[in-house]
Amino acid sequence: MKKTIVGMVLLIVCALFAGGCSKDDASQIKIGLIAELTGDIPAVGASCKNAAEMAVAEVNAAGGIQLGDKKFKIKLIIEDNAGKADQSASAAQKLITQNKVVAIVGPNASRYALPAAEIAESGKVALITPWSTAPKATLDSRTNASKKYVFRACFIDPFQGGVVAKFTLDNLKFRKAAVLYDVASEYNKGIAEIFKTVFEQNGGKIVAFETYTTNDKDFSSQLTKIRQAAPEIIFLPNYYSEVPLQIQQAKRLGIAAPFIGADAWGSEELLKLCGSDCEGYYFSTHYAADAAGEATRKFIADYRSRYSATPDDVAALTYDSFGLLKQALATAGKNDRQAVRDALARIPRYDGVTGTMQFREGSGDPVKSAVILKIRDGKFTWFADAKP
Amino acid sequence: MAYFFQQLLNALQLGSIYALIALGYTMVYGILTMINFAHGDLFMVGAFFCFLLAVYLKLSFVPTLLLSMLGVACLGVIIERLAYKPLRTAPRVSAIITALGVGLFLENFTLALSPYPKHIPPLLTNVTWTVGAVSISSLQVLVIVLSLGLMLILDFVVWRTKAGMAMRAISWDKTIVPLMGVSVNKIISLTFAIGTGLGGAAGVLYSLAYPVIDPYMGIMVGWKAFICAVVGGIGNVRGAMIGGFILGAVEILVAAFFPSTYRDFVAFTLLLGLLILRPYGILGRPQPQKV
Repeated sequence: MKKTIVGMVLLIVCALFAGGCSKDDASQIKIGLIAELTGDIPAVGASCKNAAEMAVAEVNAAGGIQLGDKKFKIKLIIEDNAGKADQSASAAQKLITQNKVVAIVGPNASRYALPAAEIAESGKVALITPWSTAPKATLDSRTNASKKYVFRACFIDPFQGGVVAKFTLDNLKFRKAAVLYDVASEYNKGIAEIFKTVFEQNGGKIVAFETYTTNDKDFSSQLTKIRQAAPEIIFLPNYYSEVPLQIQQAKRLGIAAPFIGADAWGSEELLKLCGSDCEGYYFSTHYAADAAGEATRKFIADYRSRYSATPDDVAALTYDSFGLLKQALATAGKNDRQAVRDALARIPRYDGVTGTMQFREGSGDPVKSAVILKIRDGKFTWFADAKP
Repeated sequence: MAYFFQQLLNALQLGSIYALIALGYTMVYGILTMINFAHGDLFMVGAFFCFLLAVYLKLSFVPTLLLSMLGVACLGVIIERLAYKPLRTAPRVSAIITALGVGLFLENFTLALSPYPKHIPPLLTNVTWTVGAVSISSLQVLVIVLSLGLMLILDFVVWRTKAGMAMRAISWDKTIVPLMGVSVNKIISLTFAIGTGLGGAAGVLYSLAYPVIDPYMGIMVGWKAFICAVVGGIGNVRGAMIGGFILGAVEILVAAFFPSTYRDFVAFTLLLGLLILRPYGILGRPQPQKV
């Protein structure tokens, strides 16, 4: 018994030393990354982590970032939020207080970005979320004014919802739509409501507006209701892991209407999980890998050679988030949280791999274009651009 | 009217899966008065067995189902031997916490293998028949018929065989039964094997009906099935079946006739009301505490 206790004490002491010994290198810039590595959307986290590691490796291979008269290398500290809101908040807390990072990138899904953004705001550390499109992520929860420390690399849902609604009305010429969305998830709920408003304002009719909650697998009741309402198209603003189930169940119930989606569809995993069931459907997203410009093509080629996969929108947006951060660090000229935040807020325009972003004064939301992709022969293919 | 029948069919499909899982909770509780909170995760393991067998060994439906059931049943028996048996005389809270731990272990073990959701290939060609305005898919029929079949077999085992009689006897009085020459350990293992095997079967049927599976899929379904077992009267095998169909029907029909946003709220209020009227569940009988 005594031996065990002594052993345990020794172990604890060792662990303490090991923790205490991780030396803080003064010539490093520490950047935190919060990604959904496990949980319900692990493909998103994997893309985010890959792109982040690639962006950091590129900077470090070039010797680092020039701050003052010295070059600093970037150290990336990756935290998994396990697809949970509370773990996103605690990951942000840990990065800020324990790892003392200068800025944070991520989380991606809005329902995880929101809690992390609150922590970053109160901890006065700049946070860039690559993929969270819900407006609330950059807005103060009490005053509804812009948050000071939260930025993003993507467009926001009021724009995206409008793009999908207008595309459905003008290009596809459908007037009767149904919506099925996850009422417990910030992103899905926000974009569904915006779609409904814009669709109805422009002369369309929403014949069914149905909901479910995260982790549901059976949608038969809602889909039967939708079938009853006989829509011409069904809007599914849900994540790639749920959409295949919804489409397959709908087909089994004999629903023949086509489906349309938003940027949460844009993972290669969707194609794997869907098989041929998603063929021919459209969705809005951030960039099209097959219709990219010069700079973007280089990014895609580099990413392919590193990970032998086509970068999805999360990867591209994460890469852009690091691009923004790199530029901010260079202009700030010092390894300081407040200076980096101020420099980020002063970037008027950034040409990223997902297109040109323009930031308005005092807001962390860029203005940028969206693209409509079509699923054709089991691939995401460019179909149309939508300018803001 | 066609709308109502369509929804009723949906309810039957969901309810039969809930019932199959609820049976596992109720059987273990009946015999050990212990709630096996790892049962939902055993159901998940069943779905992953189905994935492995169907994708890597390319087995067809019947061997996949049987081997998955067998695999999960063995796992259930092993878990009982390693984790629960040493705690049989410990306070009940210890056993429940151990069960939660086993559940977490199964989840995170599967997660460590691969966090990505998996797609189950269609093991059977699906045909959709249209009767009037009601669409019936062959998959729906298969899920309902197979579940009902398994439940009938179980009912037969529990009420018409010697092993079943021993199970009922142990749940009645654990101290007297060994004196009659019944091997309690064997019967407990058998109960675990049957209960978790049914959970494994539910995992296979579930992953055919909802072919995207992930390591967390057992949590919510497990809780819901536990509620079914309680509503039906925990410890009572027929009660668990009734409870499963009731929850399936309530969930589907509430969403069918109310805005779907209120589904869980209305569904669980109804079930709470039912428990206020019958605190021991529909078929449960109050058990006087022996002092």
